[in-house]
Parts: sequence; structure tokens; C-alpha cells
Amino acid sequence: MSKAAELAIADAGLKRSEVDGVLCGYSTVSPHIMLATVFAEHFGIKPAYAHAVQVGGATGLAMTMLAHHLVDAGVVRHVLCVAGENRLTGQSRDASIVTLAQVGHPDYEVPLGPTIPAYYGLVASRYMHDYGVTEEDLAEFAVLMRSHALTHPGAQFHEAITVADVMASKPVASPLKLLDCCPVSDGGAAFIVSREPTHDARVRIRGCAQAHTHQHVTAAPALSELGAEIAIAKAKAASRVEISDVRYAAVYDSFTITLAMLLEDLGLAERGEAAARVRSGHFNRDGEMPLNTHGGLLSYGHCGVGGAMAHLVETQLQMTGRAGNRQVRDASLALLHGDGGVLSSHVSMFLERAR
Amino acid sequence: MTKPADWTGGHQAILYQSCGGCGTAQYFRRGFCAACGSTDLTEKRASGKGIVYATTIVMRAATPETRAHVPYNIVLVDTAEGFRMMAHGANDLAIGDFVVARFTQFAGRLVPYFEKATASR
Repeated sequence: MSKAAELAIADAGLKRSEVDGVLCGYSTVSPHIMLATVFAEHFGIKPAYAHAVQVGGATGLAMTMLAHHLVDAGVVRHVLCVAGENRLTGQSRDASIVTLAQVGHPDYEVPLGPTIPAYYGLVASRYMHDYGVTEEDLAEFAVLMRSHALTHPGAQFHEAITVADVMASKPVASPLKLLDCCPVSDGGAAFIVSREPTHDARVRIRGCAQAHTHQHVTAAPALSELGAEIAIAKAKAASRVEISDVRYAAVYDSFTITLAMLLEDLGLAERGEAAARVRSGHFNRDGEMPLNTHGGLLSYGHCGVGGAMAHLVETQLQMTGRAGNRQVRDASLALLHGDGGVLSSHVSMFLERAR
Repeated sequence: MTKPADWTGGHQAILYQSCGGCGTAQYFRRGFCAACGSTDLTEKRASGKGIVYATTIVMRAATPETRAHVPYNIVLVDTAEGFRMMAHGANDLAIGDFVVARFTQFAGRLVPYFEKATASR
């Protein structure tokens, strides 16, 4: 976390002492009731505003949204959003799986032995049934994310995979197989949200919105009434942009089904058509709508809150022309979307290049 | 609230709450109706009949107790009484199947287990 924070502060052209707000994610490996102040003390800053934020996989974008409103209201000038944990080496894989399964209901779900892949497996089975999506369709998203990760030196996986590899990978919770699932990773990420520009390599938050329809999958609304559609509609209205204006997409991809559903919920593909768009190259680095060019959670890695923040870091690099060999032609307007729980909490956000 | 007399409390029953205010059938037990806020709730016993809404066969479990049961099918069932619940089910269940509940042991706990309903339906 300190390393990521230091890099972000330097990149923003600020000094540590100028950071007057700290928002941090939660940690499953080192939980604490006051994680933001633990970090601030360790890092050596005395912020005027600090606390942790907990919205599962949507935490990174929720922190960004809050930081945006905090600086906009003049509460603080420079907010450091930071998260990180060693989920892979800090605990056993079994411990990670058990901890994360606790997003389920303690009385009515957890005693049944579900895992996060099982919660999403349930959603996947229904989505595939209703919209005619196949397991091969889902596999396309894993292959796409892996092909993107191959071009990022910081990604967890560097071996190319095929649809056949995904189909042959170990079953986890049907219809999801090992390569349909994001890995458990170590890592961290940080960024700075300021009211005034501090540096040339900057982007502007055009608008954002959230939606929270349920916590537990048992209590989830119908597939056609999930929070992603609510959040994106509100974010579009707040930003006065349409999906046709978007040039780069950063979408939460904990599982292949998550990415397939969210792309369709957000309007980046017609219902049941996202996999066809992957096959046609639509979401490639040089395609019409470059998507998660760092490799996403599926192949760049998932270290918890920091994992989804990597989507924003990559978007910022793309928008400011600093993505090196991964650089896309035009990332002038980006759509980011995060999902927490079991499609429970959603944050949609539009970023534009600042002039 | 007292310990429920249903499977979550170790008894062979599926209970739900029926709201006298708005008629909602509520599965997660609370002291009030989450739809309208009314405290006029009646506890009722479900028939155990329903239709499979979603299904997933777990092949990778995370504890020694649950690993012993792999593969096990976790299902979401839309009950005849109008609420949705999570349970275990026979491995051959498919979305849309008419099912009926019995109870079984899983990792030291009593859990509801759905099987295909016979032709009597």
C-alpha cells in the first residue's frame, strides 16, 4: 500500500504532506476497525479526513466517487485512495475462499457450503438459460483477458490460453471452471483525486452513480432489474453522455459471467451478444471498444480492493497516452464499472481527458 | 427473537413469514416486513414444493467438512408460497424442474434437499 501510495503521489506531482484526505479499502488478510488511520500513521501523514470504505469489488470506484464529492464540496484538496493486501501469500487459498463466501447469508446460505464461484455459478446458470449463452461463449472472455495480460509485465499470468483450455480446466462450480474464475493475488493500487489539476497527465470525472439492490443472491431481483442498469442510467444522466460516446471500457470481471453480464447490462453489447463481440475483435486493444487492456481481474490478477483499482489505473494510463505497448488509439472518454457482492453493489463512472 | 423451529435451527421444516400488512412472503426471518415495515407477521410452514430457478454443482469446496460432500448441488428454488430460497438438490436437477423438499445432513448440519417431484403434481 505504501509503495502504491508513494507512486501515485509522485505521479500527481504532490508532496506527501499535501495529501489531506485518505480513503482506503478493507483487508481480508489484516482486518482492522480503523484501517485508514493505521495506514496514515504508518505512511507518515496526518489527514483531515480519513476512513475505510467497504463495498466488496465496487470499493475502488466507490472510493473514487466519494473522493470526487469530497474535493468538489471543498472538504479536502487531495484525497489519496489506496488499497492492497497479500491475499495469495498472506493466507491459504482455502482461507480466502472461506472468508469471501461470508458475503452470503449467515443462517440461510453459508451453512449450505457455497463459495463465491457457486454464487456466481447460480447467476450464470440462469443467465445462460434465459439468454442462450454457452460455456464456450463465457470462455471467450477468459481468452480475451489473458491475451491482454500477455502485454502487461505486471500481470499474474503470461501464458496464452485458448477456448479449449478454458473448457478443459478443472470444474469449480458449474458452469464455471478454473479459467472462468479470477485468481487470488498479491498487490496494491493507489490514486489521487484532487479538486484542481496538479499535473499534465490527468483525467476528469465526468459523472458517476451507484445502485444497491440486495446483498444476498437469494434476495437478488430478476436479471433484468439488476443494479448495473440502474447505476449506468443514473451515471449517463449525471454525465450527459451516451454509450456511443465511450471510447474505452473498464469493467469488473471477477468471473467470465460477471464480465459478460455487465457488458450487456451496461449497453456495451446487446443481450446475449457480448461473446460474439469478443470473437469479432470488438473489445481488442485495436478494436472499436478496447476493454480491460491490462488483463482484468481474470488475468492481471485480483488482490481484493486493489484488483479492481487496477482497472482505473490502466484507464488513466490509456487516457493520458502512457500505456506503452498497450496504448489504444483513442481513450478520450472512458466508462468504468465496479460490482460488489453477488451483483449486489454497483458503481458506474465516466472519465474524460482533461484539457 | 427466539431460535427458529426450521432447518436453520436443526428442525425438519422450511418456515417463512407472511405479512398481514402487504401480503409479502418473507424468507429471511426478521421482526418486521422488509417490504412495508409492518410488524404484523405470521410464521408459516412451507409445503416444500417449488420450481428450480438456478443451479450450480460445487466441485471445489474450501473446508474439510464440505469437501467430503463434493460434488454437491446448490440450488435456488422459487417456492409455491412465493419466496425464493437456497438449498441443496439432486445433482440431476435443471432450471424449471418441479421439485419437492426433504432434509439431509451436510457438514454436520441439517439442510433442505430438493428432488424432482413425481408425476402426482
